[in-house]
Amino acid sequence: MKMKLTTLALGALMAAGPVMADLVFPSLSYRTGPYAAGGIPFADGYADYFTMLNERDGGIGGEPIRLVECETGYNTEKGVECYESTKGEGALVYQPLSTGITYQLIPKATADGIPIHTMGYGRTSAANGNVFSNVFNYPANYWNGASGVVNYLLESNGGDINGKKIALVYHNSAYGKEPIRTLEELSKKHGFELKALPVDHPGQEQKSQWLQIRRDRPDYVVIWGWGVMNQVAVQEAANIRFPMENFIGVWWSGAEHDVLSAGDAANGYKAITFHNVGSDFPVFDDIKKHVVDAGKAAGAGDQVGTVLYNRGLYAAMLAAEAVKTAQDMHGVTDITPQQMRDGMEALEITEEKMAALGMPNFGPSFKVSCENHGGPGLVGVNQWDAASKTWSLISDFKPTDGEVIGALVAEDSGAYAAENKIEPNC
Amino acid sequence: MPDSLLFGTEVVLNGLMAGVLYALVALGFVLIYKASGIFNYAQGVMALFAAMTLYGIMVGQVPFAHLINAIFGTHIHHFGWEVPAIIAIVLTIAVMVLFAWLVQQYIFRHLVGQEPIILFMATIGLAYFLEGVADLMWGSEIKALDVGLPQGGSFWIEENTQWMGMGNENFYGFFLDQLDLIATVIAAVLVIALVAFSQYTKQGRAMRAVADDHQAALSVGINLNFIWVLVWSVAGFVALVAGIVWGSKSGVQFSLSLIALKALPVLMLGGFTSIPGAIVGGLIIGVGEKLFEFAIGPLVGGATENWFAYVLALLFLVFRPQGLFGDKIIERV
Repeated sequence: MKMKLTTLALGALMAAGPVMADLVFPSLSYRTGPYAAGGIPFADGYADYFTMLNERDGGIGGEPIRLVECETGYNTEKGVECYESTKGEGALVYQPLSTGITYQLIPKATADGIPIHTMGYGRTSAANGNVFSNVFNYPANYWNGASGVVNYLLESNGGDINGKKIALVYHNSAYGKEPIRTLEELSKKHGFELKALPVDHPGQEQKSQWLQIRRDRPDYVVIWGWGVMNQVAVQEAANIRFPMENFIGVWWSGAEHDVLSAGDAANGYKAITFHNVGSDFPVFDDIKKHVVDAGKAAGAGDQVGTVLYNRGLYAAMLAAEAVKTAQDMHGVTDITPQQMRDGMEALEITEEKMAALGMPNFGPSFKVSCENHGGPGLVGVNQWDAASKTWSLISDFKPTDGEVIGALVAEDSGAYAAENKIEPNC
Repeated sequence: MPDSLLFGTEVVLNGLMAGVLYALVALGFVLIYKASGIFNYAQGVMALFAAMTLYGIMVGQVPFAHLINAIFGTHIHHFGWEVPAIIAIVLTIAVMVLFAWLVQQYIFRHLVGQEPIILFMATIGLAYFLEGVADLMWGSEIKALDVGLPQGGSFWIEENTQWMGMGNENFYGFFLDQLDLIATVIAAVLVIALVAFSQYTKQGRAMRAVADDHQAALSVGINLNFIWVLVWSVAGFVALVAGIVWGSKSGVQFSLSLIALKALPVLMLGGFTSIPGAIVGGLIIGVGEKLFEFAIGPLVGGATENWFAYVLALLFLVFRPQGLFGDKIIERV
């Protein structure tokens, strides 16, 4: 009897314990709630790339991949719950997909030794690897985005935007306020006049802000929005007949659904980006063959090639490449989260590597280091064509203002290190 | 005319238009509260559900397609036809009537005589349930709703008001959104129709009788179930109108359900039981929040509209707890 009980208890323990044989990637997705329209394509892209690797290559380095999806509804509390409930599965890296969740997970994941990748969102100063040992925000962060906008405007104006008026319409939240400091510094440097116009969540009503823009007649409007705020802003800009080619958004304001509801009036609207758009890349042939046509797509298969699907796919590709780097570094295929962190810190993405993956010019070339977890912050610009209902990359991925951003990163991360008594990591 | 006066006038006009949009949402709350004493938390979600259903019918979308495909391994999404907007609106009204019947039959019929807080809790549950059903039925993607309502600033108004600037280079004529103007007309017609319905039709009078005292109404042979289904149907129709107007502005998406937040200060100010109160309350909130943002917003960093609407409503409550047009609260001891 005792033997039987022991065997049962052991069996139960084994069943309840984590399965360590797979490479586990949690996906903190939001397929429901007010931001589902943005969450679904990202989650689909992230999942489909891993499914393709499993089906085509048998995983990474012979190790099968297991995706563990957990619904956050873009809610910070639920996001933390998802982290707590999935970390025991052997999670290699988290993509929190929300700045709020990221802030909560930074201390937890650091203590647990699990890396976090916040691509184009999260805590910007986490680019300082000396302070944030387990957080990575390559290839670009919010401040690169703000600088990328200004660089593009400089380029469009022969290098001189002195005296130009730029209005920033931003989501009145920690996320929306992120670019203000950088833009203020850049306005001092380049002599443009900055006017910040906050929009309260959710942003369904923006008449006051756009009447003010109509009165002030700025040369350019920059938007830092999310969710319904984006669609309303594009519509309101069209309503006051603001020239769309002078209206430029951050990458979270530059998906298909942000412009489609405004119809032809949205033609010419721009958004900065750190990855390419469309499905004209060889990798999509494999996605179609091994995932969509095989009936293994994460969603309905109707998001392939959309901006946010590509972003999810790109995030998965970067995670997979970090796994390969970690496997090479440590000489094992079944890596641990700590080894994954090492792989992310030594990650190098070159154009040759991207081409070999079937993703030529899909994103910028960059190299991560112990000190710099954010990469060089190369940013490009997309433009919307309302007739063909497509985004196109209209510039190369170009450097941003490292001088201004570097100083801000050092200041913010230094304050965090002092507050939390963090010793330099490198 | 000085700049500030011109721009202030423009802000007031746009505030009035915004107020009408808020009132459209508030009307649905008032109808149900007036007839059944239920504060319907699900009114915003009803607007979302109605607009999603309208879009789905217009483009010939198969309801529950994702669920059907997941269960049966099929790949159906559309019927392959499109339905003209006017027919789709009629069909959507039929869906909202069916919804009203289901709500009455399966929820509120069993809660007759319960405390108001219980009824309120039931509507919270209904809101979350309906949100999930709407997602499952029509999908979460943003839908570009086009029922033929015009959008964009009115050129005619701009051109014909430019003279008011008297040569002022900064003034380009008043900006008024055509959609807002249409919404104002729709709201006016809706209010007149609702008042006429409640004053001059048998069902309307029965509705008022139930609102006054449902036990007395029952004693004279009024079918309470029918009246409550009728009230929920009318509220569903108002939700559809609000969904069309707001959905045309931003696309039909989940956030549409949050427009209920805009109706709360309107209700606090106008009273929960008055249709004219919803309209006047909407206009006061619309103008008040826009003017405050225009005059004070720049001094305090902007984004004052959301909280100022509530402050304004609370100020009114200090002097008239029942709202501007609400029934006077009399407690006999």
